[in-house]
Amino acid sequence: MSAVLEVRGLRTEFLTAAGILRAVDDISFSLSAGEIIGLVGESGSGKSVTGFSLLGLIDPPGRIAGGSVRLNGAELVGMTPGELRRRRGREIAMIFQDPIATLNPLLTVGQQMAMALAAHERVSTKAAADRCTEALARVGIPSPRARLSAYPHEFSGGMRQRVAIAIALLHRPAVIVADEPTTALDVSIQAQIVAEMRSLAREFGVAMIWISHDLAVVSGLASRILVMYAGRIVEEGPAARVLRDPRHPYTCGLLDSLPAATAPGVPLRQIPGAMPSLLALPPGCAFQPRCACATPDCAVAPEMTVERDRSWRCFHPAGVASERVAS
Amino acid sequence: MLGFVVQRAFQAFVVMVVMSMIVFVGVYAVGNPVDIVIPPDATQAMRAEAIHRLGLDLPLWQQYGVFVWRLLHGDFGRSFVYNMPVLDLIGGRLPATLELVLISILFATGVGVSLGVYAGVRPSGLVAKSIMGLSILGFSVPSFWVGLILILTFAVSLGWLPAGGRGETVEVFGVPWSFLTLDGLGHIVLPALNLALFKMAMMIRLARAGTREAMLSDTVKFARAAGISEGTILRRHVLKLISIPIITVFGLELGSTVAFAVVTETIFSWPGIGKLIIDSIGVLDRPVMVAYLVLTALLFVMINFTVDLVFAAIDPRVRSGKTRT
Amino acid sequence: MTEILSAAPAPASPLRLFWREFRRNRLATAALAVTVALALLAAFAPLVAPQNPYDLAHLSLADARRPPGYLGTGGYVYLLGTDPQGRDLLSAILYGLRVSVEIGLAAGCIALTIGATFGVLAAYAGGWIETLIMRAVDLQLSFPAILLALVLAALLGQGKAQLVTALVAAQYAYFARTAYGAAAAERRKDYIEAAMATPLGAGRVVFRHLLPNCAPPLIVVATVQIASSISLEATLSFLGLGLPVTEPSLGMLISNGFPYMMSGRYWISVYPGLMLILLIMAINIVGDQVRDQLNPRLRR
Repeated sequence: MSAVLEVRGLRTEFLTAAGILRAVDDISFSLSAGEIIGLVGESGSGKSVTGFSLLGLIDPPGRIAGGSVRLNGAELVGMTPGELRRRRGREIAMIFQDPIATLNPLLTVGQQMAMALAAHERVSTKAAADRCTEALARVGIPSPRARLSAYPHEFSGGMRQRVAIAIALLHRPAVIVADEPTTALDVSIQAQIVAEMRSLAREFGVAMIWISHDLAVVSGLASRILVMYAGRIVEEGPAARVLRDPRHPYTCGLLDSLPAATAPGVPLRQIPGAMPSLLALPPGCAFQPRCACATPDCAVAPEMTVERDRSWRCFHPAGVASERVAS
Repeated sequence: MLGFVVQRAFQAFVVMVVMSMIVFVGVYAVGNPVDIVIPPDATQAMRAEAIHRLGLDLPLWQQYGVFVWRLLHGDFGRSFVYNMPVLDLIGGRLPATLELVLISILFATGVGVSLGVYAGVRPSGLVAKSIMGLSILGFSVPSFWVGLILILTFAVSLGWLPAGGRGETVEVFGVPWSFLTLDGLGHIVLPALNLALFKMAMMIRLARAGTREAMLSDTVKFARAAGISEGTILRRHVLKLISIPIITVFGLELGSTVAFAVVTETIFSWPGIGKLIIDSIGVLDRPVMVAYLVLTALLFVMINFTVDLVFAAIDPRVRSGKTRT
Repeated sequence: MTEILSAAPAPASPLRLFWREFRRNRLATAALAVTVALALLAAFAPLVAPQNPYDLAHLSLADARRPPGYLGTGGYVYLLGTDPQGRDLLSAILYGLRVSVEIGLAAGCIALTIGATFGVLAAYAGGWIETLIMRAVDLQLSFPAILLALVLAALLGQGKAQLVTALVAAQYAYFARTAYGAAAAERRKDYIEAAMATPLGAGRVVFRHLLPNCAPPLIVVATVQIASSISLEATLSFLGLGLPVTEPSLGMLISNGFPYMMSGRYWISVYPGLMLILLIMAINIVGDQVRDQLNPRLRR
């Protein structure tokens, strides 16, 4: 399978009063047509910034400082704003966490969809209405034609997120970046949306980057998982293997803190401490201050260790160490 | 929608009743206007006669009753000083104030919102900083002093524009207007600019703050992610999002501009109701004061009512009875 | 994105942090310096001013309306010229500044006290008291302060106390609304509900929780309102409704010079006006910065 999206050494920085803040540091991955990957990490790990960087939506004082993002073979880093705009929405689209905030409360859903349509195509009002109706029907909104003239507040949270998904799918993009699209929704609705997205991805061959802090949501959806910590990828691999047999202590911590990993009545385990400020990262491995396995070696930043189809950034990977002891 | 209108109309009515009471009691509680209308050497009998004629011997609540009764018949009483019906007096002066206020506030809003949106889109540029400097200046400099400087610069030093009066007027529908003649337009420029400056500063701030907030909103981010161009985002999303606070303030400021016209009219000898009220306050001409205040209150209530209706037209959430945010 | 940027180094004391951020804006720091300097000048005007403008012995009508830099009959150089009564304009401005600051501060502080009391009372008491107070405040807020001050000043007559009363009546509502907003938000929190249930609660709730929560927005409103009282006072004095002529504020000085403007004797009005603007602008810039720093929505 050929990659629709190829990211190599992506770096995004923010210029702050206290110095340069490296929010995304040397991120590389690739995405094949129709593939869903999960980008997982705590808040502040840089996963959202990664998503925005892919679309070239980093506002000053932030900037993409280096690396390469190739979408359908075209290099996006360094592209003019106009060329980028013509690709956004048409080749790569994004949906956000809070559907209440993303839709304009003062415009009807139909007006907003028509705007998104007109951004890339010249269509008559009649044709636009047809296309928008079709798009709403595709994401499972009942009586879509009538709903075009409704305002966002007349939809429920889940329905609003479906509208946002319909807008993202209008031009059948190759890639959709979904930034925590179910976090603001009720659990029952979450499952619906996840199932919907999975079938849409399959049906249209849309590749998806699903950004979430919740490993449980990602586990049922993604074929590959990237775990981010402090702006870097610390572990990457096929979803099933990362979840069943994690290598990086941070991934182990995330898995341990899932309610399903703990027996009923036993307090949930947590990762001790909080993510360090990106302006004051410890030398060496950024996870070292919170890590139970840390040794003096960790004062040097570990490189990516690659083993077949997975890789990790740690001197003391969980599964591997125990194997060595056993052998 | 109809329920909404009825509810707001009832609120407006209650406000008017309360306001008329406050104004009446406030104005009538102070000073004795009899001294103005009778000669200083008047006998006690003449004095008593005058008090009786003006109805000042009745208890206050009866005076208020008479006042309201007359009010409902369109009778605001006669001015003690000009000795003519107050309504005619105010009606004759009203067009001058109206044209001054409307021209100022339209100018202030048009220019202020454009500058504010620009400053909000590019907040760190030099132009934006100059615009904000201008707005702080407009906010801080007392309006009467701006008037003085305008007169000093354009009337006294440069001699380009007249310093006072309405100039030539044209009658349309029996009402004289200045802005329709070249001479009248020349006369209205300085007072209108004077009156507009403060409002413009306010509109700049409002539009800038609203634009900055809107530009950082998820709505705009989502629109960008959909590939919608910056121009379209600005026109369709941002302008729409900032329109609500701007319309509120426009409405409120329309009223306060009528109030501020008092200062501008005094400086530029503009023969409107503002100049009239200042003159009337000076001589305690109660009927004029009461009529001015009640009419201004009515104007405010009507403006607030209209703003509420416009809100409902713009914001679907208000229409459907949800609280506005 | 925002979450990363806020992950700054651990905070020191909030006040010091506030000051550190404030100092980063050079314009605001300069404005603060000007505000403090003008306040000191106003406080010590009798020591600083070259002349006592109220002392009739110093005045000579021969020196009236002289331009800046004029060498007077007494061998004294009038740096900013003289006013229609032959007073040294610089001295008159300094004394006028004193009167303006005095009135602005008095009106601002009294309005703050009354307004905050009403606002917190409404938020604390709830029920019909809340409805009554806030309806009255909202009603008043829909009318421009200048109109109210104008009418009151006219009805009460001239004098400092009357003027301050008019200004307070025109402005307390802004404080009341602000205090109410902050206090009501806090009042609805569960821990306050709990504290109210205990008999010792009332004073504690008001002074330990409600008032401190109102303080930041009230400080912002206070700076703006002090500047606006000063401006309002000047406007009223200009319209002849403010202070008696014997104790001229900056507004009165400007008003006195107005008739001479047409004949080109600009300085009598212009210099007091510049002082007035400097004062109001400095306070407004400081207020702006404080508000920006306290507004969580513009924070990154």
